[in-house]
Amino acid sequence: MTDSQVKNTNIITESYQDLSARDWRRYFSFSTDHKVIGIQYLVTAFIFFLVGGIFAMVIRGELITPEADLIDRTFYNGMFTMHGTIMLFLWTFPSLVGLSNYLVPIMIGAKDMAFPRLNAAAFWMVPVVGVLMIASFFVPSGSAQAGWWSYPPVSLQNPTGQLITGQFLWILAVAISGVSSIMGAVNFVTTIVKMRAPGMTFFRMPAFVWTVLSAQIIQLFGLPALTAGAVMLLFDLTVGTSFFDPSKGGNPILFQHLFWFYSHPAVYVIILPIFGIFSEIFPVYSRKPLFGYKVVAISSLIIAGVSGLVWVHHMYASGTPGWMRMIFMLSTMCVSVPTGIKVFAWVATIWGGKLRLNTPMLFALGALIMFIFAGVTGIMLSAVPVDIHVNNTYFVVGHFHYVLYGTVTMGMYAAIYHWFPKMTGRMYYESWGQVHFWLAFIGTNLNFLPMHPLGLQGMLRRVASYDPEYTFWNVVASLGAFLLGMSTLPFIVNMVSSWIQGPIAPSNPWRAIGLEWLVSSPPPIENFEDLPVVISEPYGYGKSDPLVSNLEGIIGHSE
Amino acid sequence: MKPRNILFLIAYAIALTGISLWIGQVSYSWFPPQASAESVLIDKLFAFLVTIGAFIFLGITGVMIYSVVFQRAAKYDFSDGPHIEGNVTLEIVWTAIPILLVFWLAGYSYQIYQQMAIRGPMEVMHLGMGHGDTPTVVEEQSIEEIEVISKQWAWVFRYPGSNVTSTELHLPANRRIRLALQSEDVLHGFYIPAFRLKQDIVPNKTTDFEFTPIREGTYRLRDSQFSGTYFATMQANVVVESPEAYENWLSEAKKRQPLPAYNQAASEYTQQTSKTGWPTVVPAAPPVVNYPT
Repeated sequence: MTDSQVKNTNIITESYQDLSARDWRRYFSFSTDHKVIGIQYLVTAFIFFLVGGIFAMVIRGELITPEADLIDRTFYNGMFTMHGTIMLFLWTFPSLVGLSNYLVPIMIGAKDMAFPRLNAAAFWMVPVVGVLMIASFFVPSGSAQAGWWSYPPVSLQNPTGQLITGQFLWILAVAISGVSSIMGAVNFVTTIVKMRAPGMTFFRMPAFVWTVLSAQIIQLFGLPALTAGAVMLLFDLTVGTSFFDPSKGGNPILFQHLFWFYSHPAVYVIILPIFGIFSEIFPVYSRKPLFGYKVVAISSLIIAGVSGLVWVHHMYASGTPGWMRMIFMLSTMCVSVPTGIKVFAWVATIWGGKLRLNTPMLFALGALIMFIFAGVTGIMLSAVPVDIHVNNTYFVVGHFHYVLYGTVTMGMYAAIYHWFPKMTGRMYYESWGQVHFWLAFIGTNLNFLPMHPLGLQGMLRRVASYDPEYTFWNVVASLGAFLLGMSTLPFIVNMVSSWIQGPIAPSNPWRAIGLEWLVSSPPPIENFEDLPVVISEPYGYGKSDPLVSNLEGIIGHSE
Repeated sequence: MKPRNILFLIAYAIALTGISLWIGQVSYSWFPPQASAESVLIDKLFAFLVTIGAFIFLGITGVMIYSVVFQRAAKYDFSDGPHIEGNVTLEIVWTAIPILLVFWLAGYSYQIYQQMAIRGPMEVMHLGMGHGDTPTVVEEQSIEEIEVISKQWAWVFRYPGSNVTSTELHLPANRRIRLALQSEDVLHGFYIPAFRLKQDIVPNKTTDFEFTPIREGTYRLRDSQFSGTYFATMQANVVVESPEAYENWLSEAKKRQPLPAYNQAASEYTQQTSKTGWPTVVPAAPPVVNYPT
């Protein structure tokens, strides 16, 4: 183990001749290299994450006092609409697609994605979506203000009477984002099914690849419903059709079904790759194999399947009859079974290991703790009688921020730190990472835990003003939000300075097992000189079996 | 397994159970007062879920924290942990227990929901389970019917028996209330936190909604489904009073001439001197009712 470690280090530090892989200009061009596209996605998404975060701080600034005194109500409604939209469609989706783009081909031993040009085209739609979203602030109507659900009839109300409104641009942007995601999904599924290296059977794929496969299958069956709903809404808004407009005989509840038929599974599109990240990171920093690998892998597919049968739990309090409420209560609770299996497997992976609390491990552990909390509140929300009370309250807002910040964003940070040396060829500064973790962990809990008592007390989401009885927890939440906003600063400092002048990273700084850790950091343009021939299962910690039979051929730099 | 470990596990489980039961009891204090018969049922279910949830959360994170504290690698220890790929018995157990738990929780929640018998949109669909259900929480007695009209951004309540209109919802305590919920424009949501009850209102459709207030006092009704610019202002007082006081109020209100009520959305809109915001849907004129507040 130690021998190969030293050998790998030598290979990278001196042998990396292909300097074009380090040329920064590539990241601003129409590149078809999946690694460049992956980083393009990640950086673009992170910029929009900061934009969405600033919106969040404006929202929390308004809510630090009961009165609507900081910004106009219309602007507040635009803020939470665009906060939700940007965080989902321009941060979580593209950042995870970026990470998957970077990792999946290397992890399965492919030289690139199946359709490299489609891949680049899908990426370049993301900035278009972003520009449309930002542009919507500058049209006379102002940005969309109907919430990220855009439920009609509110989303069809158009006080300016103009054609190009914020809502119009919003629908257009979401539709383009959907097309981009479908292109990505086709690419990922094809790549994973057809492009695996010799010997890389399905049950030798890292768990991360399983989760990406499951997530992208959801995109394929779910997105058409959302796209159809968006197009129908666009027609209602612009040419006067009446699919959803009740004043002309339309059915607004139909939109809710179309919307949630995709947008609930979308949560699993987001969370599944994070589960994959957990499955990659816990073994490395615990020095043990992923516990119950095959069951963990299969449960990703089961989660993908069940996710398609639970969407009505967003509509318990809507026009949903009692029998439908009961059916979806049971199906929703069933999600906890495959999810629980994964949680137990991660804990069993950690148990009895030799733990090392590097920044990626800290983020993964923190994210797992917050995910378990979100799972518990999720079960409460699935119970119809409880949801009848807390539906559309801050209890729900707290719950899904524990998922989307506590788990997804924290898990994303874990991944960025873990693969940063691989992507950039540089090490990050560990102490900055630790500071970032503690600020983010404390900020997240301070921000989102108070939302639970607020919701139980009856404070509704999307309100710009509230009764004074809710002040205390709102002040705590707002202070937490500002702390959370500040917590990104050490991250940005760390990433930028490390990328420019951090210590040169070896191929495998974490002594991790996986194809991506066999090649240099950053990997050469086509990843592998010869395709790897895989001869072992993943996660061979505690054994000394080689992963591939042609290590020399892969690297292609004979010593 | 060594006897010492088994003893430790048993002690851990007992401690967890005790703490979880305690948190479950504490959870009652997280709510507003229990002002409806349904709220008693919902709080009971919630306390049960909190107990189970606390057991799961503390149980798992306790193990994780133990690992993090006691199973760290020494600084120069670069060896691997034991190569354990899985354990079939353990995996079957931790699959079976959640499955059983899910059916238990779903069954219990179903029972509570049946007892609430809040109706909702099921009558409209003509498919509902629980047709002719009688709520088991109060014995069958005369039902008070009230119409609720929602619009951007005002609530109006109409008492068809005495032809009274009001912007404050008066309800007799300990009697079954049946509301006919209507909306004139967009989706709204009828929500009284002290009652723990919520129902969206779909335009062009009348949704029946039933419950039983049990505690006298003044509570807040809020719009729970985002309805546009002045969404947060769409609130009304709910006064639960004794049946006698309620009848007095009705006959008193009936004698009054209808007058425009105060409406926060309308007044904010007209008082807005400088145009700082974006164009908005104009609020409906303040409702003209017998009992304006």
